Amino acid sequence: MKLLYFAWVRQKTGRGEEDMALPAGVKTVGELIAHLRGRGHGYADAFSDPNRIRAAINQEHARFDAALRDEDEIAFFPPVTGG
Amino acid sequence: MSTIRIQREDFDIAAECDALRHGNTGAIATFTGSVRGDGGLTAMTLEHYPGMTEREIARHVSEAEKRWPLLGVTIIHRIGRLLPGERIVLVAVAASHRAAAFEACEFLMDYLKTSAPFWKEEERGGALNWVDAKASDDAAVEKWKSKT
Repeated sequence: MKLLYFAWVRQKTGRGEEDMALPAGVKTVGELIAHLRGRGHGYADAFSDPNRIRAAINQEHARFDAALRDEDEIAFFPPVTGG
Repeated sequence: MSTIRIQREDFDIAAECDALRHGNTGAIATFTGSVRGDGGLTAMTLEHYPGMTEREIARHVSEAEKRWPLLGVTIIHRIGRLLPGERIVLVAVAASHRAAAFEACEFLMDYLKTSAPFWKEEERGGALNWVDAKASDDAAVEKWKSKT
């Protein structure tokens, strides 16, 4: 998987993107958030409150119960504030 | 016919409207958003998700074209660091009559604010702060869901 982070999620994790193999036991966006939170440091901070996080799979908005595949591009970001 | 551009540069509203106008165009409605200088704001930096931004906007332009008889849409959104008074976004909609142009312009702007992946970071003096999403923007989108 390719993971992308934007806005304060990017600042807290300390990176804009990274490659990662789909971790064992992780099947959904919500489970991936829990996994990332468990990495500690900036990740624990970035993902401490999932209510403040939004996700996209392959550039489309996705719910936390959406299923993941290893070839997906997954993005995490705050609620959008354009316009 | 639609044009979607994400760019650092400013845009010329009159030139964009001229480019939209064709033989059957009877109405062009435009919305322009700018950086407000209130609360001691000194600058604002806009970030986006390249690729997804264009897809999300295009998806809602297609939806608007299904709902109203539109002749053309131009949406331009700036990114990067902007100062108070600078233009951020343009939504321009051409149609034969004003109702379609006005309504589609508002529809596109409401969805742009709640679905296109942009984020604003404000500067006040030396302090940086990411802007929080507004519940009123989510409410603005709800009104379109009850309409066909």
